[in-house]
Amino acid sequence: MAVITYREALNQALREEMSRDERVFLIGEEVAEYDGAYKVSKGLLEEFGKWRVRDAPIAELGFAGLGVGAAMTGLRPIVEFMTWNFALLAIDQIVNSAAKLHQMSGGQYNVPIVFRGPGGAALMLAAQHSQALEPWFAYVPGLKVCSPATPYDAKGLLKSAVRDDDPVVFIEGELLYNVKGEVPEEEYVVPIGSADVKRAGSDVTIVAYGKMVHESLVAAERLAAEDGLEAEVVDLRTVRPVDLSTVLESVRKTNRVVVAEEGWPVGNVGAQLTDDIQREAFDDLDAPVARVSALDVPVPYARNLEKLVVPSADHILAAARHVGYIT
Amino acid sequence: MATKERVTRAKTKMEKPRDGEGFLGLGHEELREVLRLMLLSRRFEEKAAESYQMGKIGGFCHLYIGQEAVAAGALTPLREDDYVITGYRDHALALVRGVAPKAVMAELYGRVDGCSKGMGGSMHLFERSLNFMGGHAIVGGHLPLAAGVGYAIRYREGDQVVLCAFGDAAVNIGSFHEALNMAAKWELPVIYLIENNAYGMGTDIRRTAAISQLVDRACAYEGLAARQVDGMDVMAVRAATEEAIELAREEHRPSLIEALCYRYMGHSMSDPSHGTYRSRDEVERWRKDDPILCFSDRLVEGGVISREEYEEMDRAAIAEAEEAAAFAEQSPSPEPADLYRYVYSDVYPHGADRRDLWR
Repeated sequence: MAVITYREALNQALREEMSRDERVFLIGEEVAEYDGAYKVSKGLLEEFGKWRVRDAPIAELGFAGLGVGAAMTGLRPIVEFMTWNFALLAIDQIVNSAAKLHQMSGGQYNVPIVFRGPGGAALMLAAQHSQALEPWFAYVPGLKVCSPATPYDAKGLLKSAVRDDDPVVFIEGELLYNVKGEVPEEEYVVPIGSADVKRAGSDVTIVAYGKMVHESLVAAERLAAEDGLEAEVVDLRTVRPVDLSTVLESVRKTNRVVVAEEGWPVGNVGAQLTDDIQREAFDDLDAPVARVSALDVPVPYARNLEKLVVPSADHILAAARHVGYIT
Repeated sequence: MATKERVTRAKTKMEKPRDGEGFLGLGHEELREVLRLMLLSRRFEEKAAESYQMGKIGGFCHLYIGQEAVAAGALTPLREDDYVITGYRDHALALVRGVAPKAVMAELYGRVDGCSKGMGGSMHLFERSLNFMGGHAIVGGHLPLAAGVGYAIRYREGDQVVLCAFGDAAVNIGSFHEALNMAAKWELPVIYLIENNAYGMGTDIRRTAAISQLVDRACAYEGLAARQVDGMDVMAVRAATEEAIELAREEHRPSLIEALCYRYMGHSMSDPSHGTYRSRDEVERWRKDDPILCFSDRLVEGGVISREEYEEMDRAAIAEAEEAAAFAEQSPSPEPADLYRYVYSDVYPHGADRRDLWR
């Protein structure tokens, strides 16, 4: 199997889907002539031309809405936000238009659109460029929300998102674009709404998505080496709809759970998941569910402070020891 | 105070400016149909107001009464395969576009036979078979959608056009500028139509817009044709729209049309017609220029329709509104089982709805 980067995997998904279906087009800032701010759309303008790879003005609300309108006529737009921080300008179109039209029209207008781009903290980008916003969108019925961790999942999930008949919010990891992984040459898709066990284990379950999957895997290796406990790492891959059955299956095996995510703690994905777990698997739990998330502050610029705010393997390891009653 | 004198000048950026004099070469049948649609809109909404007051229609209900010349003038020259998208004051546009009065009324009543199956209500009328794309209730939110429909037309190399209607207050919101910029830059076949009824809810547009003639906002976008018309004159609106359609269809040029009109009723059924923000006198002055009465007088004078035929047409419109209400009355409410039916286009994904079990 070829080993490629997360960036290349996304690029392959875009190219393959645009080749397969001429209704698919890409629009966003710098996606065409500049090859993409993060080079995810490299080479696509040359291959598909300007109507299918369109440089947009810096007007997120406008071009996101343009995508929704085009989708209502049956095209399949992929709207790239340079980062999800900027997508906040377009949230009216994502929430009030894309997520609502199918129901408001009594099922007449579906909106087959993908809103994608990087999210989460990178390095010293300060408060306005470092936000993990998955819970904002996971809150909204009518949307599906994906956040892949590996090149394999990034490619397979993006292909599913493009083929989906409803709006999909697709949040990539800004720090994951250079992560490498195996991706098969042959065609495949990863279904939306399916979690994946990234590491099998019997002593504690760590549920994560996106960048935190990698931190969880590091924490799991240390837990095995230092404490002799085997953690099972469940990668949600999709945070709406959540694959609760895979999570519960793991919980019933390990009886201890850590939920890790990059964003703020109040009302986040982990908060919801913790409720689901306690309700569905109360008798299987040997300890309260532990949640790892960012500190409840805007991400500061200074490197030392940023490191304190953004969760890492250290925090996940500490939480795993806590639910395992290891002191 | 908004007065009729605000209709001051016609923009001349379009190459062949025409006014509403004469009947634009339309045949008697077509002219009578334009009048019939205006009457139907008026009588339908009068019935809707009555039903609202009886508690049969809920929520927000924004009436178009007084503005009928705009919808009738702008939508009748469109082709069947063109597209229409509008804001929340959408009843008249839906009716003129051809959505059945029964389906519109049933939607206002929140019933399954409504054009949006009772899921949308007054502000969210949709009829995909007629390319009637809603019915959007965030001010300015649908303007970028119209650009997207225009983009899709160019993408498929079609020759349809999109007509996008919205109120005057939308010209101050960012999406207005973002949409017009893209439409002009990418040469999208979109006709943006300002239904300038002089007020954003209870605020005179002149108190909030830093421009005296809203149509002049078009100057900011090269390639965007612009025209201001008397929105109380259905033929003037039609003439301007016909030009805009031609520009869009033949040359992919977008337009901005400002139709100066007036709503007689309050912003919505829960708002007063007049009071702190405008006087009863002002409303009465505009009523003297009623678009239906003016147009019917012209048609009678021009020998297009007799007075008796007009009266008969009016009675038919009243009857159609009554039938629509009777139909809506007996249409069933949606089933609770439909709650999850339209959230996604495929089956509602497993998981989340389990949280609702205690309901």
